[in-house]
Amino acid sequence: MGSLKKSGGVNGAILSRIATNDQHGENSEYFHGWKSYDKDPFHLSRNPHGVIQMGLAENQLCLDLIKEWIKENPKASVCTPEGVHQFSDIANFQDYHGLKEFRQAIAHFMGKARGGRVTFDPERIVMSGGATGANETIMFCLADPGDVFLVPSPYYAAFDRDLRWRTGVEIVPVHCSSSNNFKLTVEAVEWAYKKAVESNKNVKGLLFTNPSNPLGTILDKDTLKNLVRFVTKKNIHLVVDEIYAATVFAGENFVSVAEVVKDSEVNADLIHIVYSLSKDMGLPGFRVGIVYSYNDSVVSCARKMSSFGLVSSQTQFMLASMLSDDSFVDNFLMESSKRLGIRHGVFTLGLKKAGINCLISTAGLFVWMDLRHLLRVRNSFESEIELWHIIIDKVKLNVSPGSSFQCTEPGWFRVCFANMDDDTLHVALLRIQDFVSKNSNKTAEKASDNDQVIQNNNAKKQKWKQSNLRLSFRRLYEDGLSSPGIMSPHSPLLRT
Amino acid sequence: MKQLSTKVTSNGHGQDSSYFLGWEEYEKNPYDEIKNPNGMIQMGLAENQLCFDLIESWLAKNPDAASLKRNGQSIFKELALFQDYHGMPEFKKAMAEFMEEIRGNRVTFNPKKIVLAAGSTSANETLMFCLAEPGDAFLLPTPYYPGFDRDLKWRTGAEIVPIHCSSSNGFQITESALQQAYQQAHKLGLKVKGVLVTNPSNPLGTALTRRELNLLVDFITSKNIHLISDEIYSGTMFGFEQFISVMDVLKDKKLENTDVTKRVHVVYSLSKDLGLPGFRVGAIYSNDDMIVSAATKMSSFGLVSSQTQYLLSALLSDKKFTSQYLEENQKRLKSRQKRLVSGLESAGITCLRSNAGLFCWVDMRHLLDTNTFEAELDLWKKIVYNVKLNISPGSSCHCTEPGWFRVCFANMSEDTLDLALKRLKTFVESTDCGRMISRSSHERLKSLRKKTVSNWVFRVSWSDRVPDER
Repeated sequence: MGSLKKSGGVNGAILSRIATNDQHGENSEYFHGWKSYDKDPFHLSRNPHGVIQMGLAENQLCLDLIKEWIKENPKASVCTPEGVHQFSDIANFQDYHGLKEFRQAIAHFMGKARGGRVTFDPERIVMSGGATGANETIMFCLADPGDVFLVPSPYYAAFDRDLRWRTGVEIVPVHCSSSNNFKLTVEAVEWAYKKAVESNKNVKGLLFTNPSNPLGTILDKDTLKNLVRFVTKKNIHLVVDEIYAATVFAGENFVSVAEVVKDSEVNADLIHIVYSLSKDMGLPGFRVGIVYSYNDSVVSCARKMSSFGLVSSQTQFMLASMLSDDSFVDNFLMESSKRLGIRHGVFTLGLKKAGINCLISTAGLFVWMDLRHLLRVRNSFESEIELWHIIIDKVKLNVSPGSSFQCTEPGWFRVCFANMDDDTLHVALLRIQDFVSKNSNKTAEKASDNDQVIQNNNAKKQKWKQSNLRLSFRRLYEDGLSSPGIMSPHSPLLRT
Repeated sequence: MKQLSTKVTSNGHGQDSSYFLGWEEYEKNPYDEIKNPNGMIQMGLAENQLCFDLIESWLAKNPDAASLKRNGQSIFKELALFQDYHGMPEFKKAMAEFMEEIRGNRVTFNPKKIVLAAGSTSANETLMFCLAEPGDAFLLPTPYYPGFDRDLKWRTGAEIVPIHCSSSNGFQITESALQQAYQQAHKLGLKVKGVLVTNPSNPLGTALTRRELNLLVDFITSKNIHLISDEIYSGTMFGFEQFISVMDVLKDKKLENTDVTKRVHVVYSLSKDLGLPGFRVGAIYSNDDMIVSAATKMSSFGLVSSQTQYLLSALLSDKKFTSQYLEENQKRLKSRQKRLVSGLESAGITCLRSNAGLFCWVDMRHLLDTNTFEAELDLWKKIVYNVKLNISPGSSCHCTEPGWFRVCFANMSEDTLDLALKRLKTFVESTDCGRMISRSSHERLKSLRKKTVSNWVFRVSWSDRVPDER
C-alpha cells in the first residue's frame, strides 16, 4: 500500500457516539407495526386482507382542495409557463430570512388558524426543516448538553430523537393519568420540576404539544395561563408545539399560547411556539416548519441555524401565494374542521359499537383508545405489547401502543383516522368489531373478569349517554357515508 | 441561571466575520442598473446565474414535471404526503447518474449510498455529527470557505485545525503542511478525526491535482482517519483539464473494496453547478453503511421538499439536457472568468490561475500599505465603501498571507462585471501603486506577465506529469 507506517490511534476511524448509539430511537420494537404494514399493505381491491395503516398521523382529508387551488393558480409555481418568469429569482433565493411574502403569508395563516384571536409578526417567523427541525433547533437555542426539559406524557414518540439525539438534552416526563383524563395540571408540572431540581438536574424549560399528540385534547385557557405564570416564576422556558392547531373539529376553541403571552405576569422572553403545515394542511412532504419566538435573541439564533433546514424556495413561493388567498384559506379551514369532525364521529361511533371507548377529544388526527379491558393481565405492559402484536398480526391494523408514547398506564392505544378513505375506515371498524366479539366470547368463560368488564362498560355507556355529542355523531355518521372516496395511502417507507 | 444556550451567546455562528459584514453593506445599498447605478456591486456571492435560460427552456418543454404530473396525471397527493427520509428513489438515481456524468462516467455512484440533505450546509454538518465528538478536530487546507466555521463547528462542537497553504506553490497541499497540521492538533490536545477538502477549491477556483489527491488518500490511510471531499463545484470545471474526483483516485489505486474507501465521503449539492441554491438540495455519499444509516436518520432535520425532488428527478433524468447543460455551463463560465481575469490585468492585478469555480483568487498584495492583515482590512474597506464592490478578503477565508481576495464573476450580467472592473481600475490608478503603474506601465506589465507565466509553469510542474512518489 505504501511505505508510510500505520500510525495514529485506532480510534481515529471510528464514528461518533451520536452515529452509533440508539438515541434516534428507531431500533425500538415499535417499528414492528411499520414493518408488518410494509410487508403487507392494505389495498381495497388489490390486497383487501392486508394491514391497514393506522399509526400514521397524516391529514389526507382535504388534499383535494389544495390540488384544485394549485390547478387554478399556475402562477404560484415557478415552473409553469405562467410562473416561470420568476424561476431564476426564486431558484437563486437562499436568504435565511425567507421570502418576505412567505413569512407574511404564514403569519397570516397562523392567525386565521387561531380564529383571528391573535396576530403573528412576520419578523419573528423563522423557517426550519419541518417541526422535526424546529423542535431540535429550539433545543439547541435554549439548552446545553445535559440540561433538562420537562415533557408531559404521553408524548409524541419521536421527541426522544428530535429533542435529545444531537442536542444532548434530557427529557424528564411529567406523567399524566387517566384518573383526570390525562389533563396536564400545574401541580403535576410543579411536582416534576421540584423532583428534577432535587436530583440536581438543570431544568431549562417545559415543552408540550397543544392540541396534544397522542391524546387529541386541548388545554383550557386557565391552565395555560397558570402554566405560563409558573414558567415565569421559575424563569424557565415554555415551548408549545402547536402543529395540530387547525385540527380542532368540535367543542371549545383552541387557545394558543400566543393568546396569553401579553398577560402582565408573563415574561414573553420565555415563550416559544413551534409550528408546521404538515398536519393542518396535510403537506408533510413540503417540509415547512416554523420557529416562532417572543425572544429576540432566540429568533436571531434560530434564524442562523435555519441554514441547516431552510424551506425550499420553490415551496415558499407557492405557499406564499396559496396562504394569502383569504377565500381559499377560510374555506379550507372550515372544510377541514368539518371533515375531521365527521371522520372522528364515524370512527368513535364504530368503536363504541364494539364496546371500545376513547378519551374524549376535540382535535388531532387520531383517537386515544382505551383497551385496558382487553388486556390479558390488567396493568401490565407485557400484556399491552401482547395485545398490540395481536392487533397487528391478527386484526391486521397498525396502531401505536401507549408505551411508545411513554404512557404510564398500560392498555391505551393511539389510532389514526385521517390518513385513509371512508371505505378503508369502514373495513378497519368491521375488523375491530369482529375481533372484539370473538374476544368477548372467550372472556365469557373467565367468570371473574367478566362481571368487571360489563360493569366498566356500563359505566362508560352511562357517561357516553350523558355526552352532548351523541346525537350530533349520529347525524355526522349519516353525512360521513356520503364523503368522496380517497385512495388508500402508499407506504412512506422505501420499497426496494 | 444562564437563560439561553451557549450556542446563542457565543459567536460560533461566525457571522461577525468580515465575510458577512460586506453582505450587510451590500443589503443597505445594492446596485441596480437603472434604479441605483452607483450602488454596491455584489462580488462576494458565489452564485451561478449564467444558465437559468437553459433550465427555463427545459421547463417549457416538460409541462408534466413543471405541474406535478406524471404521464399527464396529477401526483400532487403523493408528493404532498411523501416524507420518507430515504428520499425519492428516482431522484437519487438521477443524482447518482448526474454525479457520474460530471466525472466522465469513470466512476459509479450507488443511489443507495446517497443521503439527501437540505443543501451542502446541512450535509457537511451532518457528516460532522456522524464522525466527530465535541472537541475532535478536522484538518482543512487554508484558505477555506468561511461558512465552514459555522457548518462544521457551531452545533457539533468539532474543531478545525488549518493545513497552511501558501502562494509559493500556488496554494497546493503539501505533505509537510499535512503533517504539521496533524501535529499542531496534537499539541492542542485535539483528536484528529479526518481531513476535509473542497475540490474544486473555494476560494481558490482550482481543482486538486492528482498528486494532491494521492497525498490525501495516503495520509488518511496512514493515520486511519476520514476524508471528506466537498465536490460542490465539480460541475464548474472549465479548464482544459478534466475534473479528478477523490473517487477516481480510489479507483485508480484499486482501493475500492477496502477499509480506506469506507472512510472517504463525498458531499455534493445542486446549488453551484445548476445554480439552484434556493431549492436546498444537498447530498452525502458514503461507502460506510453505518454512516449512510445514521445520516439518513439525521436527514429528518432537513429533508428536501418533495416537489423539488420530483422536479429535479425529471430534469436530471433527461440525459440530453444534462450533457448539453454541463457543456454550455462550462463554456459560459470559462468565458466569464476570462473576462474578469483580463479586466483585472488591465488594472495591473493578477489572479491565481484557475480552472473551476465561480470566482477568482485575486492577488492585491501590491496594493497593501504593509504586508499585514490590518492593511488588508483597510484595503478591503476602501474597496467596499469607496469603490462600492463587495469582495471577500482572504483573512475571512483564513488565508495566512495578507492581500488575497476572492472575487465572484458568475452572479451578475456582463455589463455589471465590466462596470465593476472599470471602477476597480479607476481606484487602482488613483493609488500610489496605480500611479507607479501608469508611469512605468510597460515595465510593470512585463514583470506581471512574467509572474503570471511563472505561476503557470510552477503549477504545471506539480501536475499529473510528475510520477507519484511511493
